[in-house]
Amino acid sequence: MGRTSIFMLSAAAMMLAGTMPALSAWQPQKPIEFIATAGPGGGTDNLARAVQNIITKHKLTEQPIVVVNKGGGSGAEGYVYGKASAGDPYKVIFGTSNAWQQPLVSKVAFNYTDLTPVAAMAQDEFLLWVKQDAPYKTAGDYLKAAASGEFKMGGAQSKDTDEVLTRMIEKAGKVKLTYIPFKSGAETAVQLAGGHLDSHVNNPSESLGQWRGGTQRPLCVFSPKRLPQGAKVTATEGWGDVPTCVEQGLDIKQYEQPRTVWLPGKVTPDQAAFYVDLMKKVQATPEWKDYIEKTSQVDTFLTGAEFDKFIKQDLEHVKQVAGEQGWLVK
Amino acid sequence: MDNLGELLHGFTIAVTVPHLVLMVVGVLLGILVGVLPGLGAPNGVSLLLPLTFGMQPVSAIILLSSMYWGALFGGSVTSILFNIPGEPSSVATTFDGYPMARDGRPTAALATAFGSAAFGALIGVILITFLASWVAQVALAFGPAEYFAVYFLAFASFVGMGGAAPIKTVVALAIGFAIAAIGIDTVSGSVRLTMGVDELVKGVSFVVAVMGLFGIGELLVAVEEEFHARAVSSKIDWREVFRAVGRLPRHGIALLRSAAIGCWMGITPGGPTAASFMSYGIARRFSRRGRYFGTGEVEGIISPETADHAAGTSALLPMLSLGIPGSATAAVMMGGLMIWGLNPGPMLFVDQKDFVWGLIASMYVGNIVAVALVLLTVPVFAALMRIPFVVIAPLIVIICVVGAYSVSNSYLDVVMMLGFGIVGYLFKKLFYPLAPLVLAIVIGDKAEDAFRQSMLMSKGSLGIFFANKLVTCLIMAGIALLLLPLVLQLARLWRKPASPATEPTAQEKVII
Repeated sequence: MGRTSIFMLSAAAMMLAGTMPALSAWQPQKPIEFIATAGPGGGTDNLARAVQNIITKHKLTEQPIVVVNKGGGSGAEGYVYGKASAGDPYKVIFGTSNAWQQPLVSKVAFNYTDLTPVAAMAQDEFLLWVKQDAPYKTAGDYLKAAASGEFKMGGAQSKDTDEVLTRMIEKAGKVKLTYIPFKSGAETAVQLAGGHLDSHVNNPSESLGQWRGGTQRPLCVFSPKRLPQGAKVTATEGWGDVPTCVEQGLDIKQYEQPRTVWLPGKVTPDQAAFYVDLMKKVQATPEWKDYIEKTSQVDTFLTGAEFDKFIKQDLEHVKQVAGEQGWLVK
Repeated sequence: MDNLGELLHGFTIAVTVPHLVLMVVGVLLGILVGVLPGLGAPNGVSLLLPLTFGMQPVSAIILLSSMYWGALFGGSVTSILFNIPGEPSSVATTFDGYPMARDGRPTAALATAFGSAAFGALIGVILITFLASWVAQVALAFGPAEYFAVYFLAFASFVGMGGAAPIKTVVALAIGFAIAAIGIDTVSGSVRLTMGVDELVKGVSFVVAVMGLFGIGELLVAVEEEFHARAVSSKIDWREVFRAVGRLPRHGIALLRSAAIGCWMGITPGGPTAASFMSYGIARRFSRRGRYFGTGEVEGIISPETADHAAGTSALLPMLSLGIPGSATAAVMMGGLMIWGLNPGPMLFVDQKDFVWGLIASMYVGNIVAVALVLLTVPVFAALMRIPFVVIAPLIVIICVVGAYSVSNSYLDVVMMLGFGIVGYLFKKLFYPLAPLVLAIVIGDKAEDAFRQSMLMSKGSLGIFFANKLVTCLIMAGIALLLLPLVLQLARLWRKPASPATEPTAQEKVII
């Protein structure tokens, strides 16, 4: 082989390489599996199925999508599965902040660093709820009454988002609460309606029906500013009428739960980019807006460095609370 | 009688040609997923869910609930024919359904099961129709202590029961509790009993356990006992179907008692599984032929089936009115409601009258459609029993393996299922009862959660179980059920102290 032909070859290769990204950005070649790290019917499952439905409807990819539930162990089952599928770009894991919170407080066999982050797609807000006929009208009244030390706070799971927030309330409000863990937010809402609890910190969608039905009402929202007004929930009030907790003297500026999307570890940047792009397209559809509105979530899209920063901040925060409570696993 | 007017309005929505077609399609799909073990109603409904996003909410819920009815019926088929329960709630049906089918009466067993199931469902719907608002209030009264009391009652109705030696029952229960504890604990959030196997963090799936314990376990026993492995020569006889259904009214008391237990457990919400076990346990205690239970008694099929369907149906009520699903399938449907833009909760009955009453009316019609379709298929299913054992045995193994794998696409589940098969075989050989083991696996962790939540609430005082009339009554009823056999035996001893124990030997044989 002469010198010129080698030169020609490498030139051709370089040209090819130059055009590669545009031409052959990674495309899926076989069916894609969506793993919901929650049982059928939960918030994470609903998200995975809504995204699947939007992709199928708008033909955003050629390949069929199957949703699988792996919600065992508060979602750990799904993350462990993701970890075990390293390098497989056909598994997309849908979860929450428990991807990085759970490994802190229990001996599960994964960490969020075993996965490739794709995006955080929606934020669920937290509110402080009390029974409809409770005597207190503001978070301030609530804290005064809770000073007795007899208050029962319910929540979903143990050492998870709800309990972390409960411990933050204890600290900020200088009170002591008895935290009772249940399986889900819906179950907790019914326990409050039945008067077995004094309060809980459910997401809007978990207690929406109960608020409308007049069994419980929100005192305040853990958000820097009030929620968007939207349609009225009860005859007189909507989400926008709920004051922020800071306004009412409970100094917790922000507490949110992101809905997160992941790929297994060791996938190529091309493959991750494909899914980031796919989720962006999903978010631009009217069906997505509809889903966000009906489930009363906040539309966000964090990816890349922004998502990373969010995780780091949240992790620091949870570490601090968990450390104070003695929850951290060695 | 406001409700009656609403119901009639509901019928005008439910009984239209497109909706009737949806019901038939839903029921047929449901029977299919019910018959294939490992698929089951919750999975079937979640597979269908995305298809309903473009539909009217009423049409969507009619399709999904019809599928639910079909799956509930279908789940009994494999329980009776092959001793493989497709759903947790049809485990108790295997106790007498399978022996009856092996005895050459598969047609009668299936028809009895379907007939009593339809009766249970009907009572459940009537309850929903007339007592919706009252029922919603009852469920609200249930805090952790009351939940624990209900589970305690379910255990008590089973444990005190004669049959196996009490110590063996306790051992079986204890093993079941240990298996239920595997995975992440709700109350402390820590990982328990995974023995270094990462995947076990998800816990042991019920389906995996019962397919091994019943399906494979039974198969191993059959292989060993040489010509137990015969094909059953069952005639395909349509008249037998009607005869079996016609005989049902003779067991009126069992039907009504089981329906009452089912409705109670559906509302409270102990769920269909606890209901079917409790109903079976109580029937065994109070039926005149109780000691023959486990050998193919008609009432042993009627009791769990009626209660299962009564509970399954009335479980939809807490879902609609409170937003708590009474069963796994109800949980999926509730997810659907949110996506269709409806909010389950107290206001649904006020805001969405067309939806709620359309659904309730469709429960009447859907169940009639389901029972008609399913009775038509009885001879076909019964004919499966004529296939020789050498053909059917490998098929059962395949069904169990595929079923176990498809629960969460995990190879570990297949291995565990086979392990459970060996446990099931050993239990049978050593005369340990399987029922308490399964009951503990299914509701053991729920009972544990409820107990520990109660303890958190009361700061460790047992007084919480006697804090109000409701929970005191439930606990006392449970204790009474536990002590009843002991008291009866003492009374018998007191009356004729000389008569030696001839009966226990007869009972010893009758082990589930």
